[in-house]
Parts: sequence; C-alpha cells; structure tokens
Amino acid sequence: MTRKQKKWLFRIILAIILLMVVNLIPADGIVKGFIYLVPYLVIGHDILKKAFGGVIHGQIFDENFLMAIATVGAFIIAATRTGDYNEAVAVMLFYQIGEFFQSYAIGKSRRNITQLMDIRPDYANIEVEGEVVQTDPEEVQAGTVITVFPGEKIPIDGIVLEGESSLDTVALTGESVPTNVSAGDNIISGCINMTGFLKIKTTKEFGESTVSKILDMVENASSRKSKSEAFISKFARVYTPIVCVSALLLGAVPPLVRLLFLGLSPDFSDWIYRALTFLVISCPCALVISIPLSFFAGIGGASNSGILIKGSNYFEGLEKANTIVFDKTGTLTKGVFEVTELFAENGDNNELLEIAALAESSSKHPIALSICKKYGKKTDISKVKNIHEVSGNGITCEIDGVSVAVGNSKLMSSIGVISQEPSAIGTVVHVACGGKYLGYILISDTVKKTSAQAVNTLKKIGVTKTVMLTGDRASVAESVSENMGIDEIYSELLPDEKVEIVENLLKDRKGSLIFVGDGINDAPVLSRADVGIAMGAMGSDAAIESADVVLMDDEPLKVAKAIKISRKVIRIVYQNIVFAIGIKVLCLVLGALGYADMWLAIFADVGIMILAVLNAVRCLFVKKI
Amino acid sequence: MAKSYKIEVDCANCANKMEIAANKIDGIKSAAVNFMALKMNVEFEDGVDSKAVMAEVLKACRRIEPDCEIYF
Repeated sequence: MTRKQKKWLFRIILAIILLMVVNLIPADGIVKGFIYLVPYLVIGHDILKKAFGGVIHGQIFDENFLMAIATVGAFIIAATRTGDYNEAVAVMLFYQIGEFFQSYAIGKSRRNITQLMDIRPDYANIEVEGEVVQTDPEEVQAGTVITVFPGEKIPIDGIVLEGESSLDTVALTGESVPTNVSAGDNIISGCINMTGFLKIKTTKEFGESTVSKILDMVENASSRKSKSEAFISKFARVYTPIVCVSALLLGAVPPLVRLLFLGLSPDFSDWIYRALTFLVISCPCALVISIPLSFFAGIGGASNSGILIKGSNYFEGLEKANTIVFDKTGTLTKGVFEVTELFAENGDNNELLEIAALAESSSKHPIALSICKKYGKKTDISKVKNIHEVSGNGITCEIDGVSVAVGNSKLMSSIGVISQEPSAIGTVVHVACGGKYLGYILISDTVKKTSAQAVNTLKKIGVTKTVMLTGDRASVAESVSENMGIDEIYSELLPDEKVEIVENLLKDRKGSLIFVGDGINDAPVLSRADVGIAMGAMGSDAAIESADVVLMDDEPLKVAKAIKISRKVIRIVYQNIVFAIGIKVLCLVLGALGYADMWLAIFADVGIMILAVLNAVRCLFVKKI
Repeated sequence: MAKSYKIEVDCANCANKMEIAANKIDGIKSAAVNFMALKMNVEFEDGVDSKAVMAEVLKACRRIEPDCEIYF
C-alpha cells in the first residue's frame, strides 16, 4: 500500500467511526444536519473540492461532480423532509471505499503484471582495479567486460569471454528448458545465469540491449489503442453529460408535469431522490478501468509466455485471424543452413568454395553465412570489389579484377551462363567466374519439428487459409510443405513479389491476415499484413522494430497460442462491456421508475466496477491456454 | 524529440483527461498516457525546452486532476 492509500484507508475508518458516533448524539433539525456534516466532510471533502475545481475549469460532468451533486442533494432532502442524514454520508463513504478498493486492486495487479515481466537488471558487475563493483547498467559502455555470478541476471547483451553456464530464459521465451552457453557464444540480457561464473564482453549499451527493447515495447504497448478502448473513452465523454442532463430532466420534468397538468402534488423530493440515485448508478468507472486493465493484463500474460504483443489493437487483429501467411525460411524451417554438397564442373571444390565465400563475405544472409562457415578460413575482403546484391537472386562482384556471380539460376542466365540443376533437394547456389560456370553449392535447411502441428492447430482453431511464401525453388518448397497441410504455396518469389501476393490475399480476406516471418528480408511484408509476427527474434533488432508481435523463441506453435490468448482477452473485454453497460442500464431504469434506492445505486457503481476489475485480471492467466 | 515520464494518477478516466489536456499544450506534438504502466510518452515539437513545456503540462493536468503528479 502506498502512503496515499494508507491515508485514504485511515480517512475511511475515521469516517465510519464518526458516523457511528454521530448516530448516538441526540439532536434535531438543523443542529443534527451540522453534526452529520462532520463525517461527511471527513470522507468527502476532496471529492467536493475536485467537483468544485472541475466546474471552475469547465470540466463539469465528471464522476466527482456526480457524487457531489448526489450527496449534497441527499443532504438537502434529509434536511427538508426525512431527517435521515445517514444515506447521504453513506453514499459518499461507499463511493470512497469503492475508489479505494479500485486503487488498491489496480496497484496490486499492476505490480503482479510488472513482476511477471521483471527482467530489468538492477546492476552490472564490472571490475575496477581487481575488485568487482556493482554499477548502474546504463553507465556501462559497449565493449566493457562484466562478470555475472550464478543467480544473477545478464544485464547487457554481449559475448561470453570465459566460463560455462546454463541460462534460464523463461522470462524471455516462456521456455523452461535452460540454454547452455560457453566462451564465444552470444548472450542476451534478461536471461538468468544459473550455474556458472561468466565473464562477458558487452556488445551493446544497456539502452540498445534486448532487455531494454522488450521493456520499452511492453510499456509503450498500450499507447496503441484498440478499437474497444477508443470506443470506451469516446463513450465516457458523451455518456456523463447525457446522464447528468437526463437526471436533471428526471428531477424536474415529472413533478412539474404533475403540478401543472395533472393537478397532483409535485412530490419534488421523491423525484429528486430518483434523480440522485440515477446519478450514483451512472458512473462509468467500471468500463473505463476494466478495458485497459484487460489489455494490459493480456500483454503481461502473453509476454510471460514468450509472446510480445506491441499494442492492444493487435489483439483485435489476432482474434479475427483467418488467413495465415508463413515465410518458409526461419519460420517453418530452422533457418540454419548447412552446405550439404559441393559440385565443381570446372576446377576443384576448394576453389569453388573459396570464390563463393569471398563473394558472400560481406552479406549477412543465412545462406551466405553458411557458405562462409563451411569455408572456415578468414576471407581477405580487400580482394573483393564492386559488390552488388541482386535482390533475391544473389551477388555479383569482382575478385582480383575477375567478374564473379554467385546466386540462383536466374542470375546465371542473366549473365549468359548455363547452369546445372542438381536432383537433390535444397537451395542451390551457382558460382560463375569470368563468365564461365564453375559449379554449384547445395545448401539445405531442416523443417522444424512442430511446424506441421502448428499448421494443424491453426486449422483446428478456425483459420481457413494457410499460405507459404518462399524465395526458394518449387521443389524445395514442396518437400518442406509435405505432410504439413498448407493450402497454398508460392515459390521462387522476390521480396517485392511477396508483397504483391500478400496484397492480393489482403483483398480476398474475410477476417484478418497474419504474416509470420523471421524479420530478415521480410520487413515490408510484415508491415503490410494486418498483423505481422516475427519469429526467433532473440536479439534480432530488425524483427523487434518492424513486427507487431514478436515470438521470443522459434516456436511456430506460438502463433496459435497468440491467437488463443487474443480471443480470451477480447472475450473478457466484451464480457465487461456488455455486463457493465447492461447492469447499469437496468439499474438506471429501475432508478428512474423509483424501484432502486441509493444502496442499489452504490452496488451498481462500486460492485460492478470490482467485478469487472476481477474479470479483467483473468487476462493474466494464459500460460496453459 | 520524444521522452517518457513517470506519472502518478489514481483513475483511468483521469489519465484519459490528462492525455487530452497534455495534447492541447503548445510545444507538444503528441502525448500518450499509459495508465497501466503509469507513464506519459511525449513527443515534443522541434526546438522546444522540454522542461518548460512539461511544467505547462503539469499545470494543465493539475487543473483537471489536483492530485496527479508528473516526474520530470
């Protein structure tokens, strides 16, 4: 409890005691009214002040104003008619108890959610003159050597220099199997070092590290408002004035009609009481608070399962998902390429590999990396000139003044070289040197174990169309999608053709279109789709920037899980909207007809708010969905 | 220039009102209040003094919600 809340609670208790005491004092008429003013002002002075301030600043119709009018009105009725002041004080008291509970419940769930996402490191250990000193991670420069003891969080991204350990990545990925690291491995911040002592050379500053990026994303997530949130804030803006005017009419029109046209007694106090009840019921708190809370809890719960959702609007996109487009490489396949065959038509295999490695040495494409890895030796980049990447096709360059082309068969035919097509399945990289065909390198990727199950699960939860896009050859695409049950396959695509296909699919979609890629080379498609999901994003900056949803591990099954979480969150949001508005309208009608008293009104306001908040907190529990 | 400030406010509706008030201040390109994270993300117009602008923002917010706080 914060200090403010403690003070608040103290005031509530004090007011309750005072209310009991004043009930024991025998007094009548105006004196009694003044005595009851004491507990009333103890509990309600801040509301009156806010209401008054609101009126002065032109913010008339808010809940403070509603409560002030309702309770002052109840006081006047008591003074003129009934002599029972308890109701007026109690309304204010219960309103405050409700507000207090709301503040407490929200503070509590906010803490729960932030604890769940508690990956922020408090300090980094650096060595100063042989002694380990704890410093603020933000002050550590890139390139500093930090030490991490068992049980501590990795504060900053880096490379392991010394030591071996298991890392607990559960806070980042939701994956409970630990990852092993040793010297030379890249390590990302936010993991917990479990077993060994590690020396790490940082490669980034804290602000650029994975952990900061993730926290930034989650904290800024709710600034992208969903349609239902926008609806609620608009609703609240028009709702309160409407209710105030209705209450005014309810308090004035029927008695005037009775007096002037029906010749009956006006019953002013009865109608004013109804109008006041009406006002108490009408507070929009339950809606205004529970909808953003649902989304926030949903974002928290999802991030705990390794799914980062960048804004509450994407819950709506995911919930309506009916077309899912997968990129092949890195999404349905592992994206780890290995050279599986070298075929030199002219010259020998070593020369073929060396030329390819030199040409690809500046590229970060997974295929390039696998060729350089196979080559194994350091490449002398100074020999390579005029490097030109032909998007989706390969690379042309000059090595020692001789023109070299490394890429697919399209690239080969564009420079007039006839290439061989191997029968084995895989990605083929042809190499031509000085206009002569040298041979090809065959690179293969393996399908993820869970890809087929992922596609299957998506079908089961109602996705009508699954599509796979790839820049690879048709034969590779077919072998990957075998037994997977994907509806449509497009192969041999250039990046801009992928965009084109997604745009065509966007035209035909009924729900929303989701694109799942690995964030490398498919940024334009990620942003074009209704919801772009990037996979295997551990440490990939491009993916975190361009995607709407980031899956922290490589697990394609998480796509279905993200959809299921979104459905649960949206369902709870709708439940709350319907439930809160429904009960309010019912109580408003009862109040207008004179069947509801202040006590029911208090329940309609505070009780519903509490129920809606509790329902919203359910969004947090999505681990086993 | 964009900055993020920690805020303190009790109800979601008040947070909404703070957001509307902040957006009306000169020198603010856009402001978004995140009630759940208790953060205000502000994008300033070019070349303004963020402290002076935030003082104005706080004044405007206090007018509608006397016990709110913005730490800047």
